[in-house]
Amino acid sequence: MKKQTLNANTKLMVIEAPHVARKAEPGQFIILRVSAEGERIPLTIADFDREKGSVTIIFQEVGATTMALGALNEGDCLHDFVGPLGKASELEGLKKVAVVGGGLGCAIAYPQAKKLHEMGAEVDLIAGFRSKDIIILEDEMKNACTNLHIVTDDGSNGRKALVTQVLKELIDAGNQYDAVIAIGPMIMMKFVCETTRPYGIKTIVSMNTIMVDGTGMCGGCRLTVGGETKFACVDGPDFDGHLVDFDSAMRRGAMYKAQERAAVERREEHCNLFKKEVK
Amino acid sequence: MPNMNPNKCPMPEQAPDVRNKNFEEVTLGYTAEMAIEEAQRCLNCKNKPCMTGCPVQVKIPEFIALVAEGKFLEAAAKIKETSALPAVCGRVCPQESQCECHCVRGIKGEAVAIGRLERFVADYARENSTEKAVKPESNGHKVAIVGAGPAGLTCAGDLARMGYEVTVFEALHTAGGVLMYGIPEFRLPKTIVQKEIDTLKDLGVEFVLNFVVGRSETIDELFGDGYEAIFVGSGAGLPTFIGVPGENANGVYSANEYLTRINLMKAYKENSDTPIYHAKKVAVVGGGNVAMDAARCAKRMGAEEVYIVYRRSEKELPARLEEIHHAKEEGVVFKFLTAPLEVLSDENFNVTGLKCQQMELGEPDASGRRRPIPVEGSEFVLDLDCVIAAIGTSPNPLIRHTTPGLDTNRKGCIVADDEHGITSKDGVFAGGDAVTGAATVILAMGAGKRAAAAMDEYIKNKNK
Repeated sequence: MKKQTLNANTKLMVIEAPHVARKAEPGQFIILRVSAEGERIPLTIADFDREKGSVTIIFQEVGATTMALGALNEGDCLHDFVGPLGKASELEGLKKVAVVGGGLGCAIAYPQAKKLHEMGAEVDLIAGFRSKDIIILEDEMKNACTNLHIVTDDGSNGRKALVTQVLKELIDAGNQYDAVIAIGPMIMMKFVCETTRPYGIKTIVSMNTIMVDGTGMCGGCRLTVGGETKFACVDGPDFDGHLVDFDSAMRRGAMYKAQERAAVERREEHCNLFKKEVK
Repeated sequence: MPNMNPNKCPMPEQAPDVRNKNFEEVTLGYTAEMAIEEAQRCLNCKNKPCMTGCPVQVKIPEFIALVAEGKFLEAAAKIKETSALPAVCGRVCPQESQCECHCVRGIKGEAVAIGRLERFVADYARENSTEKAVKPESNGHKVAIVGAGPAGLTCAGDLARMGYEVTVFEALHTAGGVLMYGIPEFRLPKTIVQKEIDTLKDLGVEFVLNFVVGRSETIDELFGDGYEAIFVGSGAGLPTFIGVPGENANGVYSANEYLTRINLMKAYKENSDTPIYHAKKVAVVGGGNVAMDAARCAKRMGAEEVYIVYRRSEKELPARLEEIHHAKEEGVVFKFLTAPLEVLSDENFNVTGLKCQQMELGEPDASGRRRPIPVEGSEFVLDLDCVIAAIGTSPNPLIRHTTPGLDTNRKGCIVADDEHGITSKDGVFAGGDAVTGAATVILAMGAGKRAAAAMDEYIKNKNK
């Protein structure tokens, strides 16, 4: 229905999917296939409109499938789009929350902040980016929280700091959070958890593991939480961050690195061939 | 005069050393001459013992008599009267413990090759029949089927033939259930499964793919949409892991994941978008059909050494005899009386081996099988780079958790009576692995068939 470029390689798409839109809640995700030969990839639902029957996804072009997805235009169809999947975030009863988003994770943190904000909770949103060129959703985020703190690794916009520094300062300044919600790269979520652990603040993370079916039939997305094996696609994707074994989750995430690179190379080669033919 | 040869007419197949490098079908099927020759071995018994072994009551002697006369299309029509998926059943049923184990010819020699004949007839009709199934006149009643596996497809086919408006809701992007994601191409070509599904579409069955009942809509919401009865055939797709330390290492798969990547996502094809480990040394833990499928896939994906690790002895293997035989021919090595203790991995979290323990058989347990007991001091390590867990599956909890009033047992299986598939919730019927836990394709089909009849009766009574 709509396609928008948020920064050099991050795109937003509004997809017509009334079945998904009708039941979607913050924290849930969809699985899509671009073509009949394509792989299934999970993407979080960034926004939804029940009346229009639309679902918004935001993705970064990091591999063959997201590049193919990014190459689609308004009016094109996706081959498959299934959801909503996973459990919705449990946000009831939270009065004061810090939501921490890292990079693309902000696209997932945003609907959670928005829902909390609408429920009347006080929301401090901390959004971290590598540099100012990749900042996304700034206006949307501003409208979805009480206080917005944008930081960049290189100081090219807002403060030069890591999200964990800001979080620690806010906590030390006396903010009493019912919960901290952290969404972003696993390494960021791990360090957010390490920041809140000494204070005993409940910390919820959204685990972005490798998935195939997304309905609980394969266990490809399994991770260790509190010593038990859990499936991120049905038991999560939200988990108590203080119980998650991040180190093994990160190593599982790197399982297909070589094949992912090869797929990108194949795609680029294919595109180049195509360009040659066009000339 | 019947053909009194004590042995089955052999079926041609690809040579073991050729086929273990490709994903094409292993067995090649009978020619018309072979089929007629084999059909003549049937004595056309009056009391038809073979039929008592068939969960969907295929009229076996009748269709075989038609084959013997060369009337192949008529034979196909005879099978279709009671079975929705003959090309599938002829290939994957464990005939040795069903129809063929009751065959009189099996007393002195080999049973009539009922499965091979069913397969021949279905294949022949698919290739030669121009007749298309026609949607019967609608009776105006809507029914929903949850899950497009063998149980749901059979139930849908029977209800459509009775005139119901049938909608099948399927969570994956392809209908077929285990026929598509589980059983590999070399045992059951996917074009054949698709063709049988297309026949159901011709009968008027509507398929809604990418629809997860429990998330996209609940059972209660489906009733709200006007469906008068619902059949739950959602299977037993939740994998059981081995439960030993190290199981989350990279290179440990559930058989479901390994087979789904290969069969449904076609990761066996070069340049597939869906990645998979091309392991060199693989152990598959388990002894059922799924274990055989995973092991034979691993071989075809280029593994040099493939082991089946099974804690009982060869006699207790639950897999089909033909698959065990084929796996051995293809070079799969069986480690019997062996139980896994721990998955070993290196500093990068990649699998390096499986620590195992030798077992011996003790007294029979509750299931009647002799219980394996560890032999002390018998630990050893298999050097590996991949471990596949194929020790069973249980029903997915999603429907159970989102359907109030639907009773399930301790193992998470839906409670339903065997005769009609009636559950604790009014208007909801269930069958197949969702009720029994992991079983066979043909048992699921039988349950789907009986539930269809019960649903018909339920709707008729309700509207009286």
